[in-house]
Amino acid sequence: MRKFIVKSELIPLLKDGMTIMVGGFLANGSPEHLIDALLEAGVKDLTIIANDGGWEDRGVGRLIVAGRVKKLIASHIGTNPAAGRMMSAGTLDVDLVPQGTLVERIRAKGAGLGGILTPTGLGTIVQEGKTILTVANADYLLELPLGADLALLGGAIADCFGNLRYRGSMRNFNPIMALAADLVVAEVSEIIPELDPECVITPHPLVDFILEA
Amino acid sequence: MEDKYIIAKRIAMELSDGDLVNLGIGTPTLVADFIPADRHVILQSENGIVGIGPLSDVPTGSVNAGGNPATIVPGGSYIDSALSFSLIRGGHVDVTVLGALEVDQEGSLASWIIPGKKVPGMGGAMDLVVGAKKVIIATTHTNNGRPKILKKCALPLTAYRQVDLIVTELAVIAIEPDGLRLLEVHPDHTIAEVVSLTEAILKIDRVRPMKGVEA
Repeated sequence: MRKFIVKSELIPLLKDGMTIMVGGFLANGSPEHLIDALLEAGVKDLTIIANDGGWEDRGVGRLIVAGRVKKLIASHIGTNPAAGRMMSAGTLDVDLVPQGTLVERIRAKGAGLGGILTPTGLGTIVQEGKTILTVANADYLLELPLGADLALLGGAIADCFGNLRYRGSMRNFNPIMALAADLVVAEVSEIIPELDPECVITPHPLVDFILEA
Repeated sequence: MEDKYIIAKRIAMELSDGDLVNLGIGTPTLVADFIPADRHVILQSENGIVGIGPLSDVPTGSVNAGGNPATIVPGGSYIDSALSFSLIRGGHVDVTVLGALEVDQEGSLASWIIPGKKVPGMGGAMDLVVGAKKVIIATTHTNNGRPKILKKCALPLTAYRQVDLIVTELAVIAIEPDGLRLLEVHPDHTIAEVVSLTEAILKIDRVRPMKGVEA
C-alpha cells in the first residue's frame, strides 16, 4: 500500500454517514488539511468523535458549522457557540463524555478490551443508563469501547517509513485514535528520512495514509 | 486586592514542595502566579503537558487547557491524553484547583452545566475531581448575592462527595466527614457575615484570620 498521498486521493475514501475520529485538543494537533478534504468531498451525516467541538473557524468546529455533522461525541463544546446553538435547535446530537473516559473508551477499542471500569461520573447524570459494577468493594461505571471507520490524525512529523512523532502538546488524542479506527490517515508538517526508534510514538504499521501539508 | 487574587493567593499557600498540580481555567489558573518561590510545584495541563510554564504571547505549537499558547518548563514532558488522564484518575495528581457553580456541605460539586441555558460540557473536570488526591474549589462566595455554598447542589453534579477545601474571597472552609468547618475568615469581614452568605451549615469553633491578606 502506498502511504504517502495527495488530498485528491483521499476524497474517494470519504463517505456520507461515516464515523470519524479527529485528533486535537481545541484544534491544537487537529489535521486542518484533512478537515478541508472532508469539506471538499461534500460528505454529510457524519458522526465525529473528538475531544471537543473545536472553534467555529478551526478544527472539527468547521465541520459542525458547515452542517456536516449529525452527531458529536466529545467532552466539551464551550468554545464553539454554533455547536451549542445547533444542539439546542436539535440539528446536532451531542453526546458529552468526561475527557478521561472518552480517551480511555477509544484506547479500549484500540487495545481489544471489552470496556473499562471508571469511578468518573458516579453519582452524576453520566451514570444514567449504565451498568455499575462493584469490584473489591468499590463502585465503577462500565464504559464501552469506542471505535470509528476513519481516524484523522494531526500535529505529527513522519519519517519515510510512516512512523510518527508529535509536536509539543499536539500529541493529545492522536496516538490513541491511531489504534481505534479501520482506516488511519495522518497529516504531517514534515517528512524526515528516519525518526529515532526510541522517539517514535505511533509505529508505521498503524498508519494507512500520510498527507504532507 | 481583587477577589480572584485573594482566592488565588490563599490557595497557593496550600501547595507543597514537589506537588503535581492541575489548575482549572479562570481563577484557578491565577494560583500559579502566587506559588512561593521556595516551593517547586509541577503544573500539569490535562491536554498533555507535565510542567506547563507561563502563557506565551506568540504561538508555540502547544496550548494550555483553555487553548492559549503555552510554554513548558525545564524538565517538563509532553504526554498523550490517555497518560494524562491516567495521572489524573490514578491518583498521581496531588492537588487540583477548580471553579464551581455550586458546592455543597457533603463535598459535592456542580460546575459543568446549567440545563437549558449553558451546556459547555465537563471536559476533564469529572476525572480531576474524582482522581486528584486533594480537590480545592476556587469560587466567589456568592453569585449576584446568592450563596454558592449550599446544603445540597441543585445543578447536575460534576462529582459526588469529592471536594476537600473551599476558598472564597471571604473564607476558607474545609469539608469534613460530618460537614463544613469554617477555618478562616477575611479580616475585613465577620464570621456573622460569612454565615449569612452561606446556605450550608458551618461548624464554627477555632476560626482564624484568612492567611495571605492584610487586615
